[in-house]
Formats: sequence, structure tokens, C-alpha cells
Amino acid sequence: MEGAEDKYPTEPLKCWNKSKELRLKYYQDYVEAHDKGGLRWGGGAWTFDAVPAGLGDDVYPITSEPYGATLAFDKELSLECMEASEVKGYPRDLCSYMRNYWGSIIIDKFAFGYKDGEFMPRFAGAEPLPFPKPDFLWQDHICCSHAKWYQVVSELEGGIPTFSVDNAVGPAHEINDRKIKFVVEQLKEGIGFLEKTTGRDYNDELLYKAIRNHFVSTSKWAEICELNKAIPAPLDEKSIYSLYVFGTLQKAGQQVADFYEKDLLPEIQDRVKRGIAAVPNECFRVMSDTQPPWSFLKVFRYLEKFGCVSVGSLYTFALIGQWEVKEDGSWGPKTIPDVEFTSREQALYEYVKYELHKPEWQHFYSCHLKSDMMVRIAKEWKLDGAMLHYNRGCEGLSVGIAENRLALLDAGFPVMAFEGNNADEREFDEARTKAKIDAFMETLGAK
Amino acid sequence: MIEQFKEWEKNRHEYAKEWKERTGGKVMGYFCTYVPEEILYAAGILPVRILGSHEPQDVTEPHIFAMFCPFCRDCLAQGLKGRYDYLNGIIIAQSCLHIRQTFWSWEKHVGVEYSKFFIMPHKIQSKDAAEFLRGEMEDLKKEIEEWTGQEITQEALENAIAVYNKNRELMRQLYELRKEPNPPISGEEAMEITMAQQMVDKAEHNKALEELLAKLPSRTDRPSGTRLMIVGSEDDDLTFLNMVEKCGGLFVIDDHCTGSRYFWNQVIPEEDALMALSKRYINRPPCPTKDWEERKRIPHVLKLAKEWDVAGAIIMQQKFCDPHELDFVAIKKALEDNGVPTLFLEFDVTVPIGQFRIRAEAFLEMIGEEDLF
Repeated sequence: MEGAEDKYPTEPLKCWNKSKELRLKYYQDYVEAHDKGGLRWGGGAWTFDAVPAGLGDDVYPITSEPYGATLAFDKELSLECMEASEVKGYPRDLCSYMRNYWGSIIIDKFAFGYKDGEFMPRFAGAEPLPFPKPDFLWQDHICCSHAKWYQVVSELEGGIPTFSVDNAVGPAHEINDRKIKFVVEQLKEGIGFLEKTTGRDYNDELLYKAIRNHFVSTSKWAEICELNKAIPAPLDEKSIYSLYVFGTLQKAGQQVADFYEKDLLPEIQDRVKRGIAAVPNECFRVMSDTQPPWSFLKVFRYLEKFGCVSVGSLYTFALIGQWEVKEDGSWGPKTIPDVEFTSREQALYEYVKYELHKPEWQHFYSCHLKSDMMVRIAKEWKLDGAMLHYNRGCEGLSVGIAENRLALLDAGFPVMAFEGNNADEREFDEARTKAKIDAFMETLGAK
Repeated sequence: MIEQFKEWEKNRHEYAKEWKERTGGKVMGYFCTYVPEEILYAAGILPVRILGSHEPQDVTEPHIFAMFCPFCRDCLAQGLKGRYDYLNGIIIAQSCLHIRQTFWSWEKHVGVEYSKFFIMPHKIQSKDAAEFLRGEMEDLKKEIEEWTGQEITQEALENAIAVYNKNRELMRQLYELRKEPNPPISGEEAMEITMAQQMVDKAEHNKALEELLAKLPSRTDRPSGTRLMIVGSEDDDLTFLNMVEKCGGLFVIDDHCTGSRYFWNQVIPEEDALMALSKRYINRPPCPTKDWEERKRIPHVLKLAKEWDVAGAIIMQQKFCDPHELDFVAIKKALEDNGVPTLFLEFDVTVPIGQFRIRAEAFLEMIGEEDLF
């Protein structure tokens, strides 16, 4: 096979190193929180993280899914974690992020540590720290595993105070005052839980600031992804994985809002203006779906041999990104609410109203809503096909995926389905997947 | 003794078609026992639980990824094969991810006049859950009224609640009899009755139950065996229960959505009938998808085990059933810590009856060891 010839200029992302520093600092802040008198908490990537922010500027989260993915990237440690969970009796078809996370607690090894005084990942040579126990757990629940995940975490840790919020109140087009208020009331109750658990007074001004950060992070991330409609695409999905993650780590954090708005967005706008491609030989454009097999991201580089770029997915665009239909009928970033916060109740109401529109929450109510969004992406991002990861490691995002495949085919887009697991490398067949890619590329017309 | 219930269970489709012809009413298929059936019943609709047929099938592969539970695929197969072609509508209450796929594929590929994804809250432990659910029920009532073109009166709703409450009361009486040292009914028979309960008009089921309850105390050909409990996912596997009971076991209690969880608690009447209904569904023994932050299933399961005096528990689960996989480790430990030995078995559409027989026999032998020596 010969590689496709370069057609466009390319260059590395200027903010790449900053993004790596930000990511490492996030975990370091969590680990060192207690040394500075601060607090640390655990919760999911979708949790309403602006709420614990009201406890102070020294309160640091660790979100479960990105941590599970981080472990997955460290194959040796991940295997140890998986096996430890299995020994405890947990079946291996459960969420693989969850099994990694539980395993990390059970074996008491964190994926980070220090080497010669420098904080770094274990796979980079650090001696792993014991798992840093959170002071409290603050979770959401829309997937069957979400609140149950932390029920088990609390049990494994000997009982950590836990509060989970039910955000599964219905699809965006059915949202009404009652549905919003059900979530708001839980968040208000949750603030009482946080005050009681931590002994701290709650600061509404910090809550307002965090909600504004949330609006910026989620809208600006969508704006960045919208720029990938350009040909050539300024970003490829393998790089996007390293960038979307900030929204899953701490979307209400000032550092995340600033990075997206002040660093990444201007740089991608500049790349589009100058015609800088992520993949210089771009000939074919595809999207993926669900989390990738984290231990095998090289399959995305394999695509590039054929001049194929995966420009993103509903997963990377909208797991955190917030979107809306614009006047011309196209998909664009959700407008940041132009609203002054005057009370806790009103701020929470605006926060919830905005968040319930999250595109990646809609398929929990109907896979057909997801199919519509995927077909929209395929059209607006000018795709030639889709590669759907039938992901054994995440039921929440794989639910309905077979119907999504049928809908894409009905809309005229070729689909390659490949089975794997986002965080359990034992369930990914690299050679078979590459063989499938070969056949798929041939279908698309690659030589 | 239970021929009528067996007849209903075996010929569920014929019953529904006949009911439809006889009454001129609509039939609604439902996929989850959190659906507030009373609202449908008050509108003159027959709610029927969609269950599988326990036969290998090859029609669902394009629609549901194979890592989801066999039950959801078996149910969809029934729709795709046209076995529920008499349904006017389908409804699901928000519970596990698996079964909702059946609902979506059914909506699109089987097709019905009316379909509804009913938002049942997950956090039933929230102080605001009942009020929220009441609102969702009010919206459902309006939708059903629009669909059928008939108002659901307060009287009709109260009557439906009364019929359903009566059914629950009678079922509890039946289950009470299973506490006896020599219960008058086997686990397999009890399952036939609970399955029929979810397929036929509750008023008819009540009548048959009253007749059965009158006869049972004088039953002489009583089943016997080691007293067992069965706990886990959806379970309507009569073949399995039959096999275990032939090996010397006797199921005296269960914790399933096809069993006791379906009928355990009553609606406590209050002026606001919808609020009363809402509280019933919030307070029923929970499905694992809704059992958080506190684990309330465990004390309930332990209470059942104690009161029904079981010698062992079979923990069964549908393959890939995540909600139960998230519960059974804790439940198994709780049962064993309280002196109840357990046997864990994973179910598929069909069960490997020979292998399971060996395991069931070994389990029963193990339970009986102390008596032997």
C-alpha cells in the first residue's frame, strides 16, 4: 500500500505543551490538595461540578471517566486494576472505566506519582502513590452505572459521604419548568450536603463564577469543533481526544474556560484561515463514535496512510460541548446565556436549563435523536463515512449504536463497525480492526 | 389447581386478541414494571407486559449490539416476528439501558399507533421524587386522554387503583401461604401466576386468584423440598424453576421484577389520586437502577429470606445485566453474612439445563450437609 500524497500544509499545535501541563497540574492539584489545607472530591465527567466549586478555590476534583482512561493508557497498571476488580467478584462486562477506577482503589495504586520530586504518570517512571481518597463524592446519574459506580467506591473506601443527582428528566425538546426544578432542588439539597460534610460555608459568588466558566467551556469547545467543518480539517480526532478531555476534567474550572477561549479557539481559527491541515494528505473524512480503545489510538494514525482523517464524532464534539441549531439550520455552539445571577436558586435554574440540552444526554431517551445528530454531523462536516466503535466497555454510549448504524446507512453514509473496549485492552483485536480498516478504505475508494 | 393461570401465560397473545375483540378496547405493551398501569387501565386500556419466548432467534442482531442482555433481544424478537401485532401502543418507564433499546427498535421497525418513553425518576430516594413523578403521571394521563379521545375521570382512576390494589393484596396473601412449612404451591406455579398477572385484565386475575386462594388451604398434593429464594434480574424462566424443584429444591420467595417486586406494595389512597399512585411507585421495592445512594434492596432481600425461612438463595442474572451486576456482589455478601448460602447463575435466552442441574444439585447437597452429618 502506498500512502496518499500530501495536499495541504501542516504544523503541530502551538498550545500542545500547555495542554499537557494543564492536564498534569489537574492531577497534581488533586493529589496535593490536603497538603495545602484544601479538599478533594470524586465524581463523574458529567457531574454538576460548578456546585462543589462554591466550597472554595482550594477544592479539587478527580473525574472518574478520564481517570479510568488514563489508567487504560497505562496497560500494565490497568490489567492489575481489572484483575483486582474481578477478584472482588465484579463481572468483566461492566463499564471498563469503572473497573479500572475500582481496581486502582483496591490495589491502592494511583496512576501518578513522583520521580526525583517531579510529579508525573506512573508509566513515565514515577513510583505510584496510594490512591488519594476523596473527601466526598459528588455524582450525576443518567447512565445505569453512574450513581452505582460511586456507591461501590464509597463502600470500597469504607464509607465516603456521597451525593448523586438524578439528571435523567427527559430529552431537550420536552424540558419544562418541572423537570428543571427537580434537578435544581436536588442541587440545592446537595449544597446542604456539601456544607454539612465539609463544615465549610457555601459561597454563592464562587458558584456563579463556576457556572459562567461552564457556559464558556462547553460553548467554546463546540465552537472549536465547528471549525473542523473546514477542508482540510484543522484537527484530527486523535488530537481532539487530548483536548476535549479538559471539559471532562473540570468544565467549570477557570483554567479550562480560559484554555478553550483564549488559547485553543484562536489557534484553530488561525489554522483554518491559513489552511493548516491536521492530516496533510486529507482525501477522506470520517467520524467515529463512543470512546476509542485508549490503548490503541494508533489505529487513527493508521487511517492517515490512506489519506483519511477522522474529524471527530458526536462523542468528542458533544460529550461536553453544547450545541444549538442556528438560523441557517446548521449546528453551531450554543449561545452563552446573557444573564446576571442574582440568587442561588436562579443561577442553578439557568445552569440546569442549559445543561439539560447536552447532545450526548439525548440518546438516553431515544437512539433516534442520536441518529439524527450523527447524520447531521456526517452532512455538515462533509464526511465520506463513519467508523462506529461497538464499545463493550461503555453501555451508556453504546446503547442504540446498532440503530445508529442503520440510520447512517439509510442516509447514504458507508459505515464500518468494529468491536472493542475503551479501557480493557484484552477486548480489542488490533490486527482484525486494521484488516477492517483496509477493507473500509477500499470501499471509500482509497488505493 | 392453577390451570387458568397457565392457560393465560401460555396463550397470552390469544387472550389479548380475544380481550380486544370482546371489549373493543386498546391493548398497550409495556416493557418495565415502573409503568403506572393504573392510568392505562382507567382509560379502558389493557396493559400487557412484553416478555420473551426463550427461543433462539436471528432477527435482532442488526438492531441491538450483542453485549446487551438476552432478555431485551428476546423481547424485540417477539415484536419483529409479529407476535404482538395486536398492540395499539407501547410504553416504557425509564429504567435500565438494555430494555429501552427494545422499545426504540420496536417504535421504528415494528410500528404502533402510540409510543411513550415515560420518565420515571431514578433517584427515588430524593425528597422531591414523588412530586416530580406525579407531574409526569399527569402529563401521561393527558396524553392517554388525547390518544383515546376519552377523559380519565377521577372515579375511573380510583377504580383502577382499587382493582390493582386488590390484585396486590391477593398476591401478598398467596405469597404469605408460601411461608408455611409445607407451602401449598411451588415456585414454578407461583411464577405462572405472577406472569399471568402481567398479561391479563386484573379484574379477571383477581377473580381467579380468589378462587385459588379458597382452594389452596385444602390442597393435599403439596410440593416439598429445600426452601429456596431466587433473586436477580427479570426472570420468567419456568424451565429452570421446574428443573430445580425436580432436583429437590422448592422456591418459596423471590425478588424479581417479574415476581414480587411487581406487586409488593399497595397504593395508599389519598385525596390526590395521582400523588398516591406516585408514592406507590417511588416506594416499591426498587430495581437496582434506582437503589442509590443507600442500598435499600439489601434489607428487603434479607427480610424476605428470614421471614420465608429460606435455606439458600439462587442469585440469577441475565447475562450482561449491568444493574444487577452492580448489586449482586453486595447482595451475595449480605446473604452469606446472614447465614444464607448462595449460588450464582448467569442466564441467557435458553439456559444450559444439564449444567445448571449439576450445579443446582451440588448446591442443594451442600445446603443439606449439616443435616446429613
